Amino acid sequence: MKKTLFIAAAAVLLLAFLGATLYYTQERGDEAQRHASQNQAALERPHAPTLGPTRAKVRIVEFLDPACETCRRFYPFVKDMLIAHPEEIHLTLRYAPFHQGSDQVVALLMAAQKQGRHWEALEALLNTQNDWVAHHVVQPDRVWPHLEGLGLDLAQLRRDAADPEIARLIAQDLADAQTLNVTKTPEFFVDGQPLPSFGYEQLKEMVDAALARAYPR
Amino acid sequence: MARPLFSDAADHGWTLVFLAWVVATTASLSALFLGEVMGYTPCVLCWYQRICMFPLVPVLAAGLFPFDRRVTRYALPLALAGWLLALFHWGVASGLIPERVTPCSQGVPCSQELVVWFGFLTLPMLSVLAFSAILFLLLLTRFKVPQ
Repeated sequence: MKKTLFIAAAAVLLLAFLGATLYYTQERGDEAQRHASQNQAALERPHAPTLGPTRAKVRIVEFLDPACETCRRFYPFVKDMLIAHPEEIHLTLRYAPFHQGSDQVVALLMAAQKQGRHWEALEALLNTQNDWVAHHVVQPDRVWPHLEGLGLDLAQLRRDAADPEIARLIAQDLADAQTLNVTKTPEFFVDGQPLPSFGYEQLKEMVDAALARAYPR
Repeated sequence: MARPLFSDAADHGWTLVFLAWVVATTASLSALFLGEVMGYTPCVLCWYQRICMFPLVPVLAAGLFPFDRRVTRYALPLALAGWLLALFHWGVASGLIPERVTPCSQGVPCSQELVVWFGFLTLPMLSVLAFSAILFLLLLTRFKVPQ
């Protein structure tokens, strides 16, 4: 009798929790999709660095923080997808520098973009992230050594990074992130739609589905 | 003393501890829902209250099968600590205690109200209610249920 009562109560509480979780994630997913559909203009901007041919039909937009550990872990995964489908996928990179001091690093990356070395600089910094991020705070002095040997004009880079135009572009990325409800990084949009839930598998499934739609065999 | 719900004192005690377990489990699952599903980051005081609330779920359950009224010996300190923290948090959130003397000026402020239901029900208040109920039920078990 007591055992039955206890088990029944435990089951009711657990089911209520699971039911509420399912309902909430479903609602939030639908809401996020509607929201993204209404704000497509905020996804791709002319200043944003891109990879892959413009004619590619599957379009991924990634919001990335160079100081974010999960972004660093996702980077090779996304790159592998681009290598596997060099003609079909187009990646636009937007910056969401949520970590303290990360905006300064984004300014350097945008300045490197002016010299046509954006992706080299980004990869060099992601690979050495442990060295210049301590307890989620960027150590700006420790960023510079990792930018050497990439063929960058560092004096020019320093000047460009201080340019108010670059500050404006960072503000634009952050404003778009806010418009699209991007609060965590990395955040991905595949053909304008956010991931239903976060994870490698979810991203891969969404990209595979988009590839199958755009390039039916 | 209230009329026993079951035939003898042990049954009465069991019911009281069981009800306390239901309250603790509901509160714990609600906290998990807010934190893990809705994505609210718990403030420092919320974490301390969680530290008191979560262990009550297995501790009280262990005291139910077989029923051991001495479970209150182990559960009451947690309930009391949680209740005091919840009162303090409620004071901070309602402005009775200034935020600057609290340990959570950085990160997520404890004085920020994330949720207000029905125009008055806030999370610190719910926490006070939950800990009060558990405290009341365990004190009844401890002092009012005959050996």
